Amino acid sequence: MSDPAQEKDKAVQREISRRTIMSFSVFFVCMALGVFLFLKLYHEPASADNVQPTLRTVFKTNEKLFSLFYSKIRQARSFKKKDAVPNARVNGDVGMGGTLDTSWRLKVVRKPGDTLVLTLDDIKALPKTEVVFDFKCVEGWSQVTYWGGARFSDFLQKYNLVSQSTMKYVGMITPDGTYYVGNDMPSMMQPQTLLCYELNGKPLPQNQGYPLRLIIPVKYGIKHLKRIGIMYFSNEKPKDYWAEQGYDYYSGL
Amino acid sequence: MAAAKKKRSNGLLYVAFIFLKRIVKKHPLAIRWFHWINFPVLTVMIWSGLLIYWANDVYRLGWGDKTLVKFFPQSIYDALNVPFHLSTGMAFHFFFMWLFFVNGFLYVLYTIFSGEWRYLAPDKHSFKEAWLVLLHDLHIRKTAPPQGKYNAAQRVAYSAIIVMGAGSIITGLAIYKPIQLYWLCYLCGGYEAARIEHFALTIGYVLFFLIHVIQVILAGWNNFQAMVTGFEVEQYKEVTVPEPEPAETTTTDA
Repeated sequence: MSDPAQEKDKAVQREISRRTIMSFSVFFVCMALGVFLFLKLYHEPASADNVQPTLRTVFKTNEKLFSLFYSKIRQARSFKKKDAVPNARVNGDVGMGGTLDTSWRLKVVRKPGDTLVLTLDDIKALPKTEVVFDFKCVEGWSQVTYWGGARFSDFLQKYNLVSQSTMKYVGMITPDGTYYVGNDMPSMMQPQTLLCYELNGKPLPQNQGYPLRLIIPVKYGIKHLKRIGIMYFSNEKPKDYWAEQGYDYYSGL
Repeated sequence: MAAAKKKRSNGLLYVAFIFLKRIVKKHPLAIRWFHWINFPVLTVMIWSGLLIYWANDVYRLGWGDKTLVKFFPQSIYDALNVPFHLSTGMAFHFFFMWLFFVNGFLYVLYTIFSGEWRYLAPDKHSFKEAWLVLLHDLHIRKTAPPQGKYNAAQRVAYSAIIVMGAGSIITGLAIYKPIQLYWLCYLCGGYEAARIEHFALTIGYVLFFLIHVIQVILAGWNNFQAMVTGFEVEQYKEVTVPEPEPAETTTTDA
């Protein structure tokens, strides 16, 4: 039977088949491409800093973008001293082997071959600043903690490190050299960034970085180096322990 | 239709129907792209988010010492190879967040400028009707309210998921830059609250996904394939009149 209605129906059926096959072909090709690209990224050989180079590039791009909006005027919210936990969590012990005593010295490398050596009393002679803020760990927990010390910006001024303050980064290393961080200068110059020697109004315990540690509220805890041995200035990114383990170098909050 | 009224020899009116198919446009190409890009991107976001969450997996449902559901049991972590991949999770999360955001943002712009929002946004009846749809889908009620491209429950769900997406971006940014974007963090009720909200929204996506997939399976192939092809096949009735057989069309002689 050559009914025109049935002819038309066959034509429609052919059109449905054609378009279904076309669409699903494109669909599967695109999905396969997506899976392929993802697996390629996932299995991209990690560079020395333990992350896929593509993802490191994205970290750096994010850093550039969010640095544009960074303002050192914005401070971590201040809490009351009574809100601070009595026992601040101890989460890392890299670079903390053995105990330190008063023979400790802070070595400030003004430039290669020119090192300033300071005692704890030199740091304590600076105006004391107290910060009570919500300390944030990269792991996802946070704690209101109460710290005291010298503002990093006061320290630079007092020791006439003005030309150093125009450099891009500050590097810090523990006395044993096993833990090290780099922080960008704008974050270091933020008024809550401390060369810290007190926790809850008392000298830092050994496991919290006695005698001197960094408190830099605009960064995750991984950047708050405990037990500062050497401090130096650089326009290149100083080496950074957790960045080498695949974490974001910037880690800015 | 005059032709259909010809009488056959037995004196009965003879009318026949034939079922024909036609192609009816359903989903615009742009929406299909947004949908199928979002699906794998959101999957990567949830996976990388889980890698991050593991490092401080303190959430649970329960009260006091009683825990009904722990987020998450070790068996789930082991099955998905979650433990000790925080840095991997962060690296992927802070890459795919851009894809998730841009795709979602373009989708919202598209629905606004194309007018598709009219099919998607709930109207004043939708919230009440969504219940009736739910009762119908659970076979408690016989009839479903009349609908356009999407029923009332779909309108509510597909609009809620956009609000959830915006919520994930807001709470996510609040956790990501709690000092520089302190006002967002404040809006979310603080840093820890923002993290809980961000987590709860993710659980919401998983529940949405489960219900969505069940509904798609129940709705059948024609509905599903429309999200790929863009059209649905509709059957309609056409009246046909077969040529009368000559011997039997002699009724005028009598």
